[in-house]
Amino acid sequence: MATDSQLMEWEVFMQSKPGANYIHAGSVHASDKKMALQNARDTYTRRGEGTSIWVVPSDAIVASNPDDNDMFFDPANDKVYRLPTYYVMPEGAKAI
Amino acid sequence: MEILEKTDKIHEDMLKTFEQKIDRGDAIEPRGHMPDGYRKHLLRQISQHAHSEVIGMQPEGNWITRAPSLRAKQILLAKIQDEGGHGLYLYSAAETLGISREEMIDQLHSGKAKYSNIFNYPALTWADIGAIGWLVDGAAIVNQVSLQRTSYGPYSRAMVRICKEESFHQRQGYEIMAKMMKGTKDQQAMAQDAMNRWWWPSLMMFGPHDTESPHTGDAVKWKIKRQSNDELRQKFIDKTVQQAEVIGLTIPDKDLKWNEDKRHYDHGPINWDEFYRVINGNGQCNKQRMAHHIKVHNAGAWVRAAAEAYRQKKEKQLLHL
Repeated sequence: MATDSQLMEWEVFMQSKPGANYIHAGSVHASDKKMALQNARDTYTRRGEGTSIWVVPSDAIVASNPDDNDMFFDPANDKVYRLPTYYVMPEGAKAI
Repeated sequence: MEILEKTDKIHEDMLKTFEQKIDRGDAIEPRGHMPDGYRKHLLRQISQHAHSEVIGMQPEGNWITRAPSLRAKQILLAKIQDEGGHGLYLYSAAETLGISREEMIDQLHSGKAKYSNIFNYPALTWADIGAIGWLVDGAAIVNQVSLQRTSYGPYSRAMVRICKEESFHQRQGYEIMAKMMKGTKDQQAMAQDAMNRWWWPSLMMFGPHDTESPHTGDAVKWKIKRQSNDELRQKFIDKTVQQAEVIGLTIPDKDLKWNEDKRHYDHGPINWDEFYRVINGNGQCNKQRMAHHIKVHNAGAWVRAAAEAYRQKKEKQLLHL
């Protein structure tokens, strides 16, 4: 017999309405995919909060470290040519 | 020696960066650096909060089979299901700090982790279900609304979710009380009796006075707590007095009166001896609550084992394909 455990951890992502981004809702514990999906449904959508759910094993998530944010998310402000306002449009051009 | 100095310097810098983040009002996230004291305080507070939600299902669960109507029964079931859900949100938030669900449950069973004192009081009559929803959940909401702005991201997010669901809880409790106050003399007396028993323990839910509270200093500095025990308690009293008046209930405090200068209600002394007696295990239901949790936890072991065995079987089958 398996030893007693609180089962695997899963991360839950929910889409609030069709077409919307999936947003992290929280986590659940479950032994397999099917149970994870059911537990996510019971835990996070008791009031019609979602139209679709993803569950992902927590240990499959790779995350950046907030302490590296300066380096990792450097906005590269020197590369202004990434922004549309960098470009000079000819006088009179429309809808561009 | 040089190495030690360097390590000290690194730690100092990390603490400084952390405190700057806190001062700016940035949320702290699980993988970021945090001082040990911050992590410990959060772990204690979040696990206490999670255990409270779960233990809090017991006094109310006591009334499911005796709810006075089908409507009342459905509402009570939905409320208790919410409380279980709130426990799960909070356990998950605590897990992001590196503690496992098993450890938290062990700590609850060994008495190392606490849960809110309020759930060591019995729910004797149906009016108690009204008083619990209105007063106990009402006090919890005041605390939780404030905690939505706590500095730890996962805790704050759990609070936002919980607050969305809690106002139904408070309203259903107040509705029960209002209904009973419109009923027979006996029903009114029952509601007043519940009020008398739950009022003071509800005030104690906010914890000791600020002058006596051992954890407040760091918790406020690190923005784990955004308002002090006394501030939150005052907020709860100020809004509850009017609600009691509307339905004709008397607050069992002869010293309670409006203070025009402070624009707050003054209240009588809280019986802290009772508070500490209950917290130290000698409330009416401490033993019963814990024995029940342990019993159900053990009785459910076979379900977890079966789920785990099923997963292993399925994995084996996949490998043999």
